Amino acid sequence: MTLRNVPDNMCPIATEYTTMLTGDWRALRPIVDRDRCVKCATCWLYCPVQCVVEKAAWFDFNYDFCKGCGICAEECPHRAIRMVEEAEG
Amino acid sequence: MNQLTPNSSLMPNSSQMIVCDGNEAAARAVVLARPDVVSVFPITPQSSLVESLSQFVADGVLGAELINAEGEHSVLSALQGACLAGARTYTATSGPGLAFMFEPYVRTPGLRLPMVVSLVTRDMLSPQCVWGGQQDAMSVRECGWIQIYCEDVQEVLDTVVMAFKLAEHKDVLLPVNVCHDGNYLSYGVSRVEMPAAGLVDEFLGEAAVNWHIALDPARPMAVDPLTGGTGPGGAASFVGYRKSQVRAMANALRVFSDIHAEWGERFGRHWAPLVEEYRLDDADIAIVTIGSMTGAGKDAVDAARDRGEKVGLIKVKMYRPFPREAMVAALSKVKAAAIVDRSVSFAWECGPLHQDVMTALFASPARIPLVGCIGGLAGADITGEHFARVIAATFQAAGGDIPSSPVWLNEHD
Repeated sequence: MTLRNVPDNMCPIATEYTTMLTGDWRALRPIVDRDRCVKCATCWLYCPVQCVVEKAAWFDFNYDFCKGCGICAEECPHRAIRMVEEAEG
Repeated sequence: MNQLTPNSSLMPNSSQMIVCDGNEAAARAVVLARPDVVSVFPITPQSSLVESLSQFVADGVLGAELINAEGEHSVLSALQGACLAGARTYTATSGPGLAFMFEPYVRTPGLRLPMVVSLVTRDMLSPQCVWGGQQDAMSVRECGWIQIYCEDVQEVLDTVVMAFKLAEHKDVLLPVNVCHDGNYLSYGVSRVEMPAAGLVDEFLGEAAVNWHIALDPARPMAVDPLTGGTGPGGAASFVGYRKSQVRAMANALRVFSDIHAEWGERFGRHWAPLVEEYRLDDADIAIVTIGSMTGAGKDAVDAARDRGEKVGLIKVKMYRPFPREAMVAALSKVKAAAIVDRSVSFAWECGPLHQDVMTALFASPARIPLVGCIGGLAGADITGEHFARVIAATFQAAGGDIPSSPVWLNEHD
């Protein structure tokens, strides 16, 4: 027997895709120096939230999801990424 | 629905007397309930229960999918998935196995998954021990699972079957722990009446699915998304779910009573669903028991009656939700009571059941002296002699001499 008459507020389910924007709590913003970026994709590889996006001649970030952890800046072999205080930027 | 292989020796068409221990009785009850998925990991003193289930599956008596998982965390996680897919599910565990199961364990009631899990109760380490005691089950008394404690092997069998009906009732839809004492009930052998399989089928009906969260490819969804927080409506939605969970727990008192009444009509065994009153009506004092100690407690009551002392007994069967009205009604008949716990509340220097009874009494006019007793830890026996001491201490309490700390029954054994 399937209980089709159970209340629809019994426990949490999600039938539509919505997401929280993890970029909301970022304190440091990664900024790419386009002259230095060689598109080696090291940042893309290391980014824990996979917010690195590929542009024509450089890599950039989806700031809706970038938490500002700075791993990309730490790992970039060409020192092409610097972290800037959100308040400044 | 599973097709059952006929096997007259194991699945009679009429009721049949057999001799078995509590673990086998639970396994046979599971056969009668026809779950779709059983997931298991062995642990003392539960092992022979899941060995029986494996045997029944191998023999074709139990038509369930049996998952031998690599540990209890996986056992319960697998059952959650099965339950979400609409299966009737079962497992059993004890002590450290329950501890390892904890993360999916606390998630199950909030998902409103109607599964049945036997807790073959065992004292908690440390000190290292493998023997009976109710500390494991008591440690999870506030997780939102329904908890029921059994007195003897027959009650184990009957209650495991009834637990499926309780878990799947539309006003409940919660997971149920049926607790039976390690050693004393897990390995204690007695005569048991096996109800007829066909009558149990009629009694239980088909597995009821919580359709609200049933997985269905035609209706893609995520189960248990982030809920709550400080965003718009977050608090209200979390409160709503919690509130309905608490309401379902309260409903379980009524539903379980109705199920017991139906069981009595159909099978002729009338168990008390919430608390049982034994020789209580004209009693001066009462002892409150839980689990297998109740048998020795009733013998001690009989012996006291033979001595001319008016003693009664109150057995707790449903512990979560706590049947506070039934408990207060029973206690209102006596002048003092002893609460015999088989576990401890580290916070309150008493047993957990003692704490519950105190709380129930506080909200009622029937305040009476209580004697807290703790016994039966780590497999220790609670004998008639121990209960005689409990009774003597309770008469003293009725006269005003109330012990301020627990009486440790096995302290000198």
